[in-house]
Parts: sequence; C-alpha cells; structure tokens
Amino acid sequence: MAPAAAHRTASVDGAVPEADTAVYEAVFNAAVAADERIEPRDWMPDAYRSTLVRQIAQHAHSEIIGMQPEANWISRAPSLRRKAILMAKVQDEAGHGLYLYSAVETLGVSREELLDKLHTGRQKYSSIFNYPTLTWADVGAIGWLVDGAAITNQVPLCRCSYGPYARAMVRVCKEESFHQRQGYELLLALSQGTPEQHAMAQDAVDRWWWPSLMMFGPPDDESAHSAQSMAWKIKRHSNDELRQRFIDICVPQAKSLNLTLPDPDLRWNEERGHYDFGPIDWAEFREVIKGNGPCNEQRISQRRKAHDEGAWVREAAAAYAAKHNGATGAAVEPSADTADMNGKA
Amino acid sequence: MTVTAHTGAALALGDDALVLSHRLGEWAGHAPVLEEEVALANIALDLLGQARVLLSMAGDEDELAYLREERAFRNLQLVEQPGGDFAHTIARQLYFSTYQRLLYTQLAAQEGAFAGLAAKAVKEVAYHQDHAEQWTLRLGDGTAQSHERMRRACEALWRFTGEMFQPIEGVEVDWAGLQTAWLESVSDTLRRATLEVPEGPRSGAWAAGAGRQGLHTEPFGRMLAEMQHLHRSHPGASW
Repeated sequence: MAPAAAHRTASVDGAVPEADTAVYEAVFNAAVAADERIEPRDWMPDAYRSTLVRQIAQHAHSEIIGMQPEANWISRAPSLRRKAILMAKVQDEAGHGLYLYSAVETLGVSREELLDKLHTGRQKYSSIFNYPTLTWADVGAIGWLVDGAAITNQVPLCRCSYGPYARAMVRVCKEESFHQRQGYELLLALSQGTPEQHAMAQDAVDRWWWPSLMMFGPPDDESAHSAQSMAWKIKRHSNDELRQRFIDICVPQAKSLNLTLPDPDLRWNEERGHYDFGPIDWAEFREVIKGNGPCNEQRISQRRKAHDEGAWVREAAAAYAAKHNGATGAAVEPSADTADMNGKA
Repeated sequence: MTVTAHTGAALALGDDALVLSHRLGEWAGHAPVLEEEVALANIALDLLGQARVLLSMAGDEDELAYLREERAFRNLQLVEQPGGDFAHTIARQLYFSTYQRLLYTQLAAQEGAFAGLAAKAVKEVAYHQDHAEQWTLRLGDGTAQSHERMRRACEALWRFTGEMFQPIEGVEVDWAGLQTAWLESVSDTLRRATLEVPEGPRSGAWAAGAGRQGLHTEPFGRMLAEMQHLHRSHPGASW
C-alpha cells in the first residue's frame, strides 16, 4: 500500500494506543500533502475534526438562517416568474442545509445538537444574514453579491481535504452559481427599468456591497484559524486573497449593470493588476459577529420559534414511527453491515 | 377581459393553485423541520407552475394575479384560509390535493382544453396527496397533542369542503362522482389516522360555491394586499 493511502487503515474512536498517535499523524499529514481525501472512517487529529465540525456546521446554519432575508419577499414578489425563482432558491437553500448537516454528521455529531448550539448562540452563522431586506432589489443584490461572495469562498472548498465536505460543495456550488446569475439578471431588469426601479437597484447595491466584502472574514493578519486550515487544506486561499478576487470580478459586472459600487477609493491598480479599494469597517463587522447587527435578534428568534413551535410535529412523527415500525417494515436497528462499518461490531 | 366559460374555468382552477401556493410560501423559514421546508416549498412551486399555465390560458398571468381585486378572484375559500398551525396546513392540503388529484385525473382522460395541463399536474398532485396523507397519519396517530390539533384542524376546515363540488362552467367532469370519491378517500385516510370524519355541514349557505363567485373570507383581502402591493406600486413596470 502506498504510504499516502495507509491512513485508510486507521480506526476511529480515538482507540489508538498513545504511542501510535504519532504514526497516525504522520500518515494523515502525508495523505493531506498528497492531496488525498480524508474520509469519515480515517484517523484524523482531534483539532482537524473540531475545526471541520465548527466550519461545516456554521456553513449549514448560514444556509438555514439565510433563508429568512429572502423568504421575507416571497409573498411580495412582483411577478409570478420572479416568485417561482425566489421560492426555488429558498428551497435550494434548505437543501444545502441538509447536505451540509449530513456532511458534518459524518464527523460524529448530530444535527439536533448542532441546531441546539445555533439556537443558544454557541455556534455562529454568516454575518451577512443579519442585514435586512428592505426592498425587492435586495433580493437581486443578495443573489449577485452575497451568492457571488459565497461562490468565491466555496469553489475552492470543492477541493477541500475532507471528502464529504468537498463533495457537498460540488453540489452546492452548481446551484449557487445559478442563483447568482438569477440575482444579476434581476438587478439588470431593474437597472434597465423605470427610474424608480434603477434607484431601487442602486440603493440595494449600496447597502449590500460592504457587508458582502465582510463575508470573506477578517484580514489575514487577524484571522485566527487561517494558517492551520490552510496547512490542512481545508482552506486553499487566504481571506484577503479571495476578497480581492471577488472585487476584481464585481467591478466590471457593476459597470455592465450600469450601477456604481459605493467606494470612492475603488480604482484599477496597474502595478498590482488588481482593483484597490477603501477600508472596510471592521468595527461594524465585530459588532455584527457579537450579535449586535440589525437583525441578529430577529433571525435567531424566528429560528427558535420555528423549532419550538414545530416540536409537537417532530414528536408526533417520532411517536408514529415507534408505533408503526413493524407494520411499515421500516428498519430502525442498524443492519449487520452498518454495525461493522462503525467498527463496533 | 371577457369571461367566457373557458377563461372562467381557467381562472377558477388557476386561482386555486395561485392562492394555495401563496399560502404555502408563507411557511418558508418557519417549518417544523428542515425536510418540510423543502417539501412545502416544492408543493408551492408545483402549484405556482400550474397557476401560471392556467392563468396564461385566460390572459396575462401577472395582470390576472396582481391587478384583480378580491371580488374578481374565483378560488375556493378553502385555499385562502391562513396557514394556522402545521395541522391546519396539512388538513387543507389533504382536502385540496385529494380534490385536485380526482379532478385532474378526470380532466387528463378527456380531450378538453385542460387535458394537457391536467396530465402533467396529476403526477404532481399525486405526490402532494401522498405527502398530506402521510402527515395526517403521523399527526392523527402520533401523540395525544398532535391528535387533538389534527382533529381540530380537520373540523375547522370541513365547512369549506362542500364548495369544491359546485360545478365549474366549462369543466365537464362528473361532479357528483368526484364528491363521492373524495369523501371516500378522505374518510379512509382520517380513519387510518384514528380521526373521526367531521360531522358538520359541508355546504352552508355562505360557503357553497361562494369563492367561485368572488365571495371570499376576510383574511383573503389582506393576503392580496401583501401579494399585490409592489406590483401595483410600479404601474407598467416590468420585473
């Protein structure tokens, strides 16, 4: 067996004799260095596992909370075509949440405990969803800028060292890029519409531009997890690198939308081959992360309310399943195969 | 717009789908479990797709959806009922999807103007009905609390079920047969869910056919105000 593949033989559950840990770690490192995928049953460092749990869970939470600002406009969408697009998008986001919770469950945590951490503020979600959707154009700005930033972040995650996360990202990115084009197209229709519609589009871009740039996280010299995540190939590029890439993509797109970006310092730098841009208000970012953004309270309250008010429904489903298990032929006991796979048989 | 039998029928069926889709869309971000976010949005999207085809048979879909007032809508009162709790939503879905499947099955078998739409829609509504029945069983035969909530929901909406079988001009189906089959199907599901078939009237003086004549319940006007306000605020704009 090639050394880089030897990590596949390692068992999980931390049942590794202490003396062997160094060996497993060396095998793990070799696998990561060789760009092999780490899979759920492979040995992995505890810190790698917990970093992934944090990141994937917060990614999943972001999909779920991110439904709210857009769902806010479903009932008011101004045409049936736009309404259908928006409903499909919000549905996709719930689906992305499901993929991601499945991915994180391969690391030995449950969706229920992660949701509980979201509801009690012990795990975060993307800061962007703490901003309100005040006009219809915000739906377009979210598609173009917020989904655009998300894609810039997520495409490199398709090559992330953890297999289940990377595979989830392949599926998510396909749908996200579709949403992003729809958002752009929505803004284009407004921009080319009546003067009132154009103004609505410009106002939305003015409000969403800076929060979108904050989605890439703090500057590299202040990013707590970056170095380790890059060494583990969970991250492939630094926050600042991705932010710059996003800005370079957006400037010409804004021009073709006939909209401006709200940054007087934004200009092409021939020497760097990139756009220079003005300072980001990191004080605002920190406030939003701490829970003091415009909608933090509202978002988490709605999520908790949906969960609490749905408790009786989940209890009913569980009670029904318990009663009718035999009758419906549904298996609850893990089959012998599954038990073996858990390494506990 | 001149309302002929054909456009009138397209409006009646289209408005049912449009209004129920809107009501289901209100669940987005509020469902009891993530899987239901997906399911309810999925059903809402199917219905919106049906509405767009049907309204387009009668005229411009957006003009019809956004510029008619309450009295010109021909949907059933059942579909405009506010979501209430999850049990109300499921009871509404059970009653309506059973009706829609039986109706579209008949329409799909004919050669009329609605055959094409019905043939496609019947596959969707069979799925909707399955979803509603599965939840009716789980809520009815789940816990004491869910049983009680489902019982109340089924009773509260029962009074709106008679209007479904008032014949729609331009829709040539066996309405009496439809009603018999509907009652049989719904009663069977309720019994399997350990629920009693409600005993109240299904065709009171007000409910019978009222929605089809543009007579709606109070929450409907507010629903339209929300749905139409942006479109109406920008006359002539395209989106």
